[in-house]
Amino acid sequence: MPTLKTGGRFKSAVCAGEIMVVTASGDDVELTCGGAPMVEPGTETAADATVHPDHAVGIAMGKRYITEDESLEVLCVKAGDGALAVNGQLLLQKDTKQLPKTD
Amino acid sequence: MNVMMLLEMASGAFPDRPAFTDGERGVTYTYSELFEAARHRAGSIRANGASRMAKLDVSNLGTPLGLFSSAWAGVPYVPLNYRLTDDEILALLKRVTPAYLVTSADRVDALGGLDDVHAISTDSFLDAGQHPVAVEGDWAMDPDEIAVLLFTSGTTGEPKAAVLRHKHLVSYILSSVEFASAPEDDASLVCVPPYHIAGIAAIMSSVYSGRHVIQLPNFSAERWIELVREHKVTTAFVVPTMLARIVETLEAAGASDAGMPHLNSLAYGGGKMPLSVIEKAMTLFPDTDFSNAYGLTETSSTICVLGPDAHRDAVASTTEAGRRRLVSVGQALPGVEIEIRDDEGRVLGAGERGEIYVRGEQVSGEYEGKGSVVDAQGWFPTRDAGSLDDEGYLFLEGRADDVIVRGGENLSPGEIEDVLLTHPSVADVAVVGVPDEQWGEAVAAAIVAKVGASIDMQELAELVKIELRSSRVPAHMKQWDELPYNETGKLLRRVVKATFEEQLA
Repeated sequence: MPTLKTGGRFKSAVCAGEIMVVTASGDDVELTCGGAPMVEPGTETAADATVHPDHAVGIAMGKRYITEDESLEVLCVKAGDGALAVNGQLLLQKDTKQLPKTD
Repeated sequence: MNVMMLLEMASGAFPDRPAFTDGERGVTYTYSELFEAARHRAGSIRANGASRMAKLDVSNLGTPLGLFSSAWAGVPYVPLNYRLTDDEILALLKRVTPAYLVTSADRVDALGGLDDVHAISTDSFLDAGQHPVAVEGDWAMDPDEIAVLLFTSGTTGEPKAAVLRHKHLVSYILSSVEFASAPEDDASLVCVPPYHIAGIAAIMSSVYSGRHVIQLPNFSAERWIELVREHKVTTAFVVPTMLARIVETLEAAGASDAGMPHLNSLAYGGGKMPLSVIEKAMTLFPDTDFSNAYGLTETSSTICVLGPDAHRDAVASTTEAGRRRLVSVGQALPGVEIEIRDDEGRVLGAGERGEIYVRGEQVSGEYEGKGSVVDAQGWFPTRDAGSLDDEGYLFLEGRADDVIVRGGENLSPGEIEDVLLTHPSVADVAVVGVPDEQWGEAVAAAIVAKVGASIDMQELAELVKIELRSSRVPAHMKQWDELPYNETGKLLRRVVKATFEEQLA
């Protein structure tokens, strides 16, 4: 897959999930969703592709996901059944601190 | 990364929720309607070939539509201050051509005649029939593209155009708002001007959280109270002068309770909040959470918040330091760092006054044609003066430029004002430096008396001498009927200074 750059958008090849890269280290890493490498929006994907059972916890819209060392952070912009992973390691969900409404 | 993505997510998750209602015209966009309208207005902007989209009008549905459609079209959105004089507006408009200008009907002919300005009325902009062609494809995701150009109020000289890129605005929202966190019946009353950073931030954070925004184009306390009740508003943001007028209006009507139990949260910012106003407001709105926000145009809005719990703790505190927190602007947001530095750039410790520096993803610190003023480590000098306490609560002390240098000693106007405001006869006060032959600068104070109170200047001088020291005692004190504020509640210190200088000359 292409290098992950801040602002870059990718979709899952095996479910409805879509993400946007929030921060990236610039290193070449392969981001997968549902066990399959993510692809650029507009790429044709196989209709019969399925989510790998070990990568099936799903992603939720508006949630942010990070690698353990926080070198990669992505935002889920469309929910999907697949889970995100880098080098086979599942990404973790990042908590947004609930702040008082100010604007 | 693009602010349009925030609207796309909202429109996908809750298409039929009301997004924006013009409180005066009574018209509404749902989230999906706003998204579709942005797609078509982006088509019109692209077809026009303009390099900027400018909006010169009060808040209305054209405000969020302008922001999102320009983001989709890939041109900066430039909201202009409609309260400026015609000459000032012309000067700003010429700096953003070729422009696609949306303005009030009475200005279309005059401004549309300018070179490289395509002017249409707000009504034409909102009329779907006049925008039949939707833009093709998605918006750009380059995080470095410019989202908004905001002319800063410019207390001296020509206004500067602050550059806010998509990455600044989107990081501010992602780090401070949880997506879709607003309950379905949440409604926010927005009365800050559309050309102010708080107005831009209100659009984005409401959209991302899924709130319904009620727009109040021209603030009056009476109309604000009516709209809060009519729309069962749950959250609102006001500047200090607005809150003062709301409190006065409720008190004049004999209210001991504002009678707005649905108003869960009331945030304020944009200027110094007098202690007497916030204390009265907390009594009148017993069910409401108060938050104080501090931010700048160059930092994509809020960087510090004093939350509801901190408000209540401060009021209930038995110590002087604890109660003082009520006049602080709270602690830095996640992802934002704050430092206080002296004139030589040394980082100061707790309790020491200096210039406020800020760093974080949402900080731009860049002006068009002037470049960035952020240093190599990412720190932006705010030109605001302040201090941090030992738990990171930030206290503002006015602009760094406002420091009075008297006989080589640096005096903070804010410190002297705080003392004078504790006197029971003083309603408002502004302290400035004026030229002085002997000391270089002398302290001058403009004082507004409380209704029915009379001011004893000697007593006030004594108070400053006891609380601070004799060098802080104003050499000149004058009683004023009221102090000059701009429409967002910022004290116009230069006006006070100029008046004193004229009187003393």
